[in-house]
Amino acid sequence: MTETLGIREAYGEALVELGRENRDIVVLDADLSGSTMTKLFARDYPERFFDMGVAEQDMVGTAAGLALAGKTAFASTFAVFATGRAWEQIRQAVAYPQLNVKIVASHGGVSVGEDGASHQMTEDLALMRAMPNMRVIVPADAHETRAIIRVVAETPGPFYVRTSRMKFPVIYKPDVSFRIGRGDVLRPGSDVSIIACGYMVHQALQAAESLQAGGISARVVNMPTLKPIDEGLILACARETKGIVTAEEHSIIGGLGSAVCEVLAENRPAPVRRVGVRDQFCSSGTAADLFKEYGLTAEDIARTAEEMLRTSP
Amino acid sequence: MTTIKEEKRLESLQDTARNLRIRILRMLHESKSGHTGGSLSAADIITALYFQVMRHRPEDPHWEGRDRFVLSKGHAAPALYAALALSGYFEEGLLGTLRKVHSCLQGHPNARCTPGVDATSGSLGQGLSVANGIALGLRLDGNEASVYALLGDGEVQEGQVWEAAMTAAHRRLGKVLAIVDNNGLQIDGFVKDVKGIEPLADKWRSFGWDVRVVDGHDFGSLLPALESVKGKPLVDTPTMVIARTVKGKGVSIFENQAKYHGVAPSDDELSRALQELGAA
Repeated sequence: MTETLGIREAYGEALVELGRENRDIVVLDADLSGSTMTKLFARDYPERFFDMGVAEQDMVGTAAGLALAGKTAFASTFAVFATGRAWEQIRQAVAYPQLNVKIVASHGGVSVGEDGASHQMTEDLALMRAMPNMRVIVPADAHETRAIIRVVAETPGPFYVRTSRMKFPVIYKPDVSFRIGRGDVLRPGSDVSIIACGYMVHQALQAAESLQAGGISARVVNMPTLKPIDEGLILACARETKGIVTAEEHSIIGGLGSAVCEVLAENRPAPVRRVGVRDQFCSSGTAADLFKEYGLTAEDIARTAEEMLRTSP
Repeated sequence: MTTIKEEKRLESLQDTARNLRIRILRMLHESKSGHTGGSLSAADIITALYFQVMRHRPEDPHWEGRDRFVLSKGHAAPALYAALALSGYFEEGLLGTLRKVHSCLQGHPNARCTPGVDATSGSLGQGLSVANGIALGLRLDGNEASVYALLGDGEVQEGQVWEAAMTAAHRRLGKVLAIVDNNGLQIDGFVKDVKGIEPLADKWRSFGWDVRVVDGHDFGSLLPALESVKGKPLVDTPTMVIARTVKGKGVSIFENQAKYHGVAPSDDELSRALQELGAA
């Protein structure tokens, strides 16, 4: 059984570490610090933690002000409220003036589960990707999360990082390094490339295993940075394999799949299939049931890859 | 009893405000777009801040000890730009580039390119949150600078203003002073008809603020209100100054006219206005 670790816990722990090293790190939350795990920072550095209450727009504006006063501000809440409720505040107060505010949103995707569509955020990556100056990152495991948070803290300007309520299987070693805008080939393959982000990287690896059993060689790419995206690696996948399957816990509109298609359409058209939530709001349910219901499992990825190879010229 | 020295000081500020108004109208006329009414109503408040109240160094725009200013009603940018030019942050000639491609004088303030602009603004309702954040950041460093935020009265219809009002009171941001440019008009008409905000002073008081209501065109009452934040400790009640103003103040044809909210003066209107301001 693969070991699993919480990536929001990894975020909280990374903040504590950074807070120890850098007195200019401040953290804000909107009454969800126990869920986003910023409570770990609050416990150690209460004077640099600001619980803004149920007021996401005010939280983002206040984070911008703290950045103007020379601080590196991390602002956290659920993905749906961070990028939805406060979208225009992020645009106006953070992205336009390129301030040192890092929006790290938890509870992205459908795996939030039982709370239902009001809390399942499947459009956040699209919303953040469309915003000028915003860099968009989705970690694939806890170790990568820790590496990402460190790079994000040390790199000036705005970032959006999406974490999850669900624990993720461990893929990387604890000393993994992270570079903005670089994808990572986790498994070589020559027939098809599966490009995934977040929890779906784990599913992609499983899909590659089952494809292998059927005689199909699948390359698996972890693409943590959706913007700026690794165009070189996407084009290499198009050149070196017969097609690409993207996999994300997000709408197929505007997220990783769209980003990959945009690169290919303008440079090297290639067969692509997108695994993700179709254009719909999803139901309440356990994460496992929802992944099955909305076509987000390893089997769905494998089936999609086989279909593409069978039907593409 | 005002002393002769005090009278001279007030006269000099009135003269500066007149100069601001002249520049505002010329800028707007040149760009053929922009917000006349709300720039003119805020001209005296901005004059008081930049030429009397705020500690700042035009030769060193990023001086750490400076008081900060957030123009939450960002559409009054011409008034701010005129004050910055007159203060010496940049050449006056730049005022003629307002709202033009790649000018550092964008339609609404952009801190990344305009010397002296502390915060990027323009989308209403957000400035007080930003001012609170600046105050929190300065307080962490023991910096006792004041943070001023100027809001419009239509702007207080935005919910985020009241989120920020709660934050400032809850965190006891003694160095935050917010001003409402209470000219009674918004784009669609009188504030009281579109969506009334009264009793405004009581609302802010009930949110935990020290509230003062002053005549926003009378330096004699504006100055002590704006300066009241200076003596306050870092941890104290935030201050609200409700400045009763006239939209389009200083030019008879623009005064109290909702239609001049977002319209620049025509050739004729400019010459009439300059005549009234003694600049023709």
